[in-house]
Formats: sequence, structure tokens, C-alpha cells
Amino acid sequence: MSALSELRVGTAAIVESLDLPDEIGHHLMHMGFAPEARVVVVRRAPAGDPTVYSIDGFEIALRRETARFIRVAPQPEGPQ
Amino acid sequence: MNDCCSVGTGVAVVDTIAAPRAPGKIRTVALVGPPNSGKSTLFNRLTGLRQKVANYPGVTVEQHFGKLSGIGRSDLVLIDLPGIYSLDSYSEDARVAVDVLHGAMPGTPAPDAILLVLDSLHLRRQLMLAAPVLALGLPTLVLLNMSDLMETRGGEADTLALAKELGVPVAKISATRGTGLDSITHFLDSKSQPPQASPTTRLELPVMGNARSYRQWATGISTRTKYKAPLSSEWTRKLDGILLHRIWGPLFFLVVVIAVFQVVFTIGQPLSDGFGTILNAGGDKIGGFLGNGWVESLLIDGIWKGVASVLVFLPQILLLFLFIGVLEDSGYLARAALISDRAMRSIGLNGKAFIPLLSAYACAVPAIMATRTIENKRDRFATILVAPFMTCSARLPIYLLMIAAFVPNKHILGGFFGLQAAVMLSLYVLGFLAAFGTAWLLKSSILRTASAPFILELPQYRLPTVRSLSLRVTERGKVFLKQAGTIILCVTVAIWVFSHVPFHTDLPQSLIGRLGHAIEPIIRPLGFNWKIGIGLLSSVVAREVIVGTLGTLYGADPATQSLGLQAALRHDLTLAGAMALVVFFAFAMQCTSTLAIVKRETNSWKWPAIQFTYMSVLAYVAAFATNQIILLFIR
Repeated sequence: MSALSELRVGTAAIVESLDLPDEIGHHLMHMGFAPEARVVVVRRAPAGDPTVYSIDGFEIALRRETARFIRVAPQPEGPQ
Repeated sequence: MNDCCSVGTGVAVVDTIAAPRAPGKIRTVALVGPPNSGKSTLFNRLTGLRQKVANYPGVTVEQHFGKLSGIGRSDLVLIDLPGIYSLDSYSEDARVAVDVLHGAMPGTPAPDAILLVLDSLHLRRQLMLAAPVLALGLPTLVLLNMSDLMETRGGEADTLALAKELGVPVAKISATRGTGLDSITHFLDSKSQPPQASPTTRLELPVMGNARSYRQWATGISTRTKYKAPLSSEWTRKLDGILLHRIWGPLFFLVVVIAVFQVVFTIGQPLSDGFGTILNAGGDKIGGFLGNGWVESLLIDGIWKGVASVLVFLPQILLLFLFIGVLEDSGYLARAALISDRAMRSIGLNGKAFIPLLSAYACAVPAIMATRTIENKRDRFATILVAPFMTCSARLPIYLLMIAAFVPNKHILGGFFGLQAAVMLSLYVLGFLAAFGTAWLLKSSILRTASAPFILELPQYRLPTVRSLSLRVTERGKVFLKQAGTIILCVTVAIWVFSHVPFHTDLPQSLIGRLGHAIEPIIRPLGFNWKIGIGLLSSVVAREVIVGTLGTLYGADPATQSLGLQAALRHDLTLAGAMALVVFFAFAMQCTSTLAIVKRETNSWKWPAIQFTYMSVLAYVAAFATNQIILLFIR
């Protein structure tokens, strides 16, 4: 298990848990970052942060300071 | 809302046919949907031009409502609720939506029916919102928007199967093209009939308030109804490959920024100037008919010219609304936020504040109205409070006049740069520094954010439509005129009265003249005399008014950079005092329109009052320092 922020661009993972305060956690879950969801690291902003993630067909950018509290299980087979 | 009791299973069975508030009669319809579901486009489609915008009482969420004239049902009112992901009330938007849906919002009628708009391209996630909305038990129609796009990209959604699962009618529409809207007419007609003894549908809804169970529920329905998600937009990916590229991305960003300035200043400025000339000529024409009494003076010199001094900015303001609209509708606004987030974060703001602050370089009014895209309230307020420090175009007339009169046109840095240009540039930098310093100060004190994360959804690129852009520009323009108009009218009348009482006296002997004399001891340390004092007092309506006032006081042609006025100023002011004056204008909140818009956007007089006080104190201190430092060097 690792943090979402540690994944490299192009890799995929399954969300396991969110170590964030309830309010933020719920908001992120409604935006797709819920346990069992598959997330792909799409690209980083030109400045290196935030990072764009693809989840449920949506592209959502999160800062490293948020993504590091999202625990994921990396998928070995890589993107799609 | 249904209180569910079963915990752990993730699913609870509830009766959904609760009695509607006014059985059989629909008067008010609520439009509900997640952000980026095309809800606003549909709202515009359904209500046309006849929509009203206001703030909900006590909050800063905008309320849009209008008659359903777009589908020939002008007897019904459509309320557009803010875009929300869920009804769990962690955001002000969601709280407002819940209150309106429960009929608990003062002044807003309880809706009798709901149109739930979902983006059919991403139905699996968008369905999560359906659970809490259906649990309300109101007659609901689910609209799968952008269905044309979904189908061309190979997606499939079975409306009949979905309707069966959800227990309410489901229809495919395209708000942009206006297709499928007859399903709405149909729905409203059938619900206006007295309800037939419809069998109570038993519907499985997830445990309320649990995002995970919503998700399982939504996924279950998508799978059972054989929803097939369309392929993701190829060219959004391709465009992002360029527009978010490490090198090309920031370059394109820079081009956009420069293009905005070019447009605002090369097209907007002449438009504003021309508009001003027309307004003044019109005033003089009408004045000619009125004769030379005090009525003419009040109407023309007072009201007309006062209001005109603000109206001249309308072309620039509308241009900025248009520009922000293009950015937002095309989807580039989110990319701009992504690119600038890193830099904005260093002062405690986020990327979404960048475009508003950029627009503030032309005018703070559209900038402040554009801060609505910043979800976090504290970040949004901080952006609103610092925006007026950006060097707006109303500051240019006094800058140009003072620089032309006092700064020698020498070349510095080996002839590359004029001294006058250098002073102008440093005034821009000064405003920028004040804005960023203040942002930092606010974010580390009264507007400190505990732990609101920056979450940015990147919508797919879309071509903005003329229809939606023109609606947006007229709507924003109306809000500005309505909001600022009344206050500006009051201030201009007050200033006219102060400058003309007692009657038959010149400006120096009037109330405002005496007030200017009275404050002279206070402003003398800044290097200002009583004439400047009068100028400062009269320019609270709009910054550039001071040039006209000084023209009147010095009996010279007030046209910017007029040589007569320049000579008179040089005779009367020191270089230190002149530079202190431009520094004062860099910081001071001499703009009634901005104060009126800040009041509207924060929905309280507290913030404009804080802002006015803070900026005035800062302006005084900075002007004082400028005057003293220059005097020290000259001596």
C-alpha cells in the first residue's frame, strides 16, 4: 500500500482508504476518490504540482499535500 | 429526508411516494445537478433572457430563477440551484440547495418538482447525486444531458431501464442543441394533473450521508441498466498534452495573458473613451435645453457627469466578462488555475484566484464577480479583498498627469528605458506587492484556512457558444449596473450637494471646499494642499474624477496631460507631494463601484468597510513615507 502522491505518471491504482478529516474525505469520495475506485495518474502540472488524476472518467487535480493522505494499492499492469 | 435505519448493509428500502407539498399543482420547479453537468446551459435554454439573479439571504450563493418561457410554460418558475456533488452540507452551496429543496429558504418558494440534470458521459458517478435527491420524494425527472455526445462517442444508456431502477421518468437531452426538451414539457404536464392513484413504488436507496454506499448504489444501477460509458474525449487529452505541457503550457498561458491585455487596452480603452465622449456630449446637449439653473447643474454636472464617470468603464468591464466567459466555457479556466496554482499557493491563495486577479489589472469589478469559481469561502474573500490593489485603468489618468507634470522624460539604463516609463512600471509593481502582501497577511490571520484542500475538476474542452456568452455578458452587466448604479447615484448627488452648498459659491468656498481646507493639516505631511484634499474627497466615486476636479480648481483644461494643468500643478506641488499622490492612489479604495460589488459578493457591509479602512490607512502611511523619503533625498 502506498500514497497516491507517490505514484508515477501513467500508473494506475485502486483507492483503499482516505486518511483525511471526514468533511474532506466525504467530499473527495463524492468526487470519485472512494475505496475500490480505480485511479490513473494522468499528468503533473507544468510546475510539478498539482497532479491530474483520472477517476470514473473525470480528470481531477489534487495537490501533493492532499494526495499523500489517499492510500492506494498500485496495479502492476499499468494503465489500461 | 428519509431517515434510514439500516446500517451496514449499504442499502435501505424506502417509500418514495411521499405526498407532494401542493398535490397536483406545480408552480415552482428546481433545477438540480452536479457542477459541469451543463445545468446552466439548460437553465438558459429553458428560461431565455428573462431570468433574475440575486443572492440568497445571509449567504454568498447566487440565486438564479426565471419563468419557464423557453418551453412555453411562463406560468412556472424555475430555480437554478448551485452545482453540487451531494446534499451533505459541507459546502455553503450544498446547504443552500438543501434549504431550498426543503422549502426552508426564506423568500424562495418550496419547489413542487425537480429536474435532475446528470452528465450522461459520466453517468456512473453522476448517479450518486440521484440518491439523496430521489429520497426527497418530490416528483422528479432525470435528464441525461449531453446524450448526443455520449452516443457519438459510443456510449449507451437505457432510459427505460434507468426509469425502472430509479422509479422516476428518465430522458435524454442535449442542452446545447436544445433536443429532448419536450420530455420536460411532458413531465410538467403530467404532473400538473391530479395524481392518479399511482402504485407506491418501493425503491432501494443507499444509506443517506454515506458516500461509499451512494457509490455502490450508483455502480449497481449503471451495471444493471447496462450503461456503457463513452470513450473519453480524444482531443481533450491531445489538447491537454500541449496546453499543460511543461514548456508549451506556460508559454500558451503567457500568450493568453498578453492577449487579454492587448484586447482590453487596444480595443476596450478607445471604446471607453468614445463612450465617455458620447456621454458627455449628450449631457451638454440636454443641459442646453435645461438652461443655466441649479436644476441643470444638479442633473448634468452632478448626476449625469458623475454617473458617466463610472459608465465609461462599462465597455472594458463587458469585455472582461466576455473574456472570462470564453475561458470558463471553453474549459481553459481550470487549466489556467492548474498552471498558476504553485505560484499562487506561495501567498496562501490557490490557482483559481489567478484569472480574477489578472482581470483586476483592468477593473476590479469583473474580477471580484469572477471569484465565484473559488469554492473555498476564505480564499474567495481574500481574493476579493486584494483585487482592488491591482492597477486598474481608472488609476491611469492621474498617474499619467502626475508623471507627465513631474517626472523628467530622461532615458535611463543606457537609453533602453524612459524614466517616466520606469515610474509607471514601479506603480504597477507597487500595487502587485500590496496585493500579495495583503493576501499573505489575510491568509495568516483572519482568513486562515484550516484544511480546505484544493480540488480542481478539469472539464472537457468545449467550444463556447455565442448564445451562452451573450447571455452571460448581459446578465453580468445588468448585475453591475443595478448594484453599483444606485450607490453611485447617491454618491454623485451627495458630492454635487457638497460642492454647491452654499449656493452661488465657487468650489473652494463650498462645503466640500471647506472640508478640503479642514483636512489640510491631516494631509500636509503627505505633501498635499487643500486642493488635493478636495480632489481626494470628490474622487471617492471613481478614481479618475480627481483629474476633472483639479482642472476645475486650477482653472485649467482638465484633459489628461493638458499642459496648462501640468504647469499649474508644478507651481503648486512639490515632486515629493506629487509622487506621494500617485502612491496614495495606488493603495486607496477610491471606487464606489468596487465597494458596491464587494458588498454584493460578500453579502455584508462588513467586508467593504474593512477593505475601505485598511486601504485608506495603507494609502496614507505609504504616501506619508513617500513624501518624507523623497524630501530627505532632495535636501
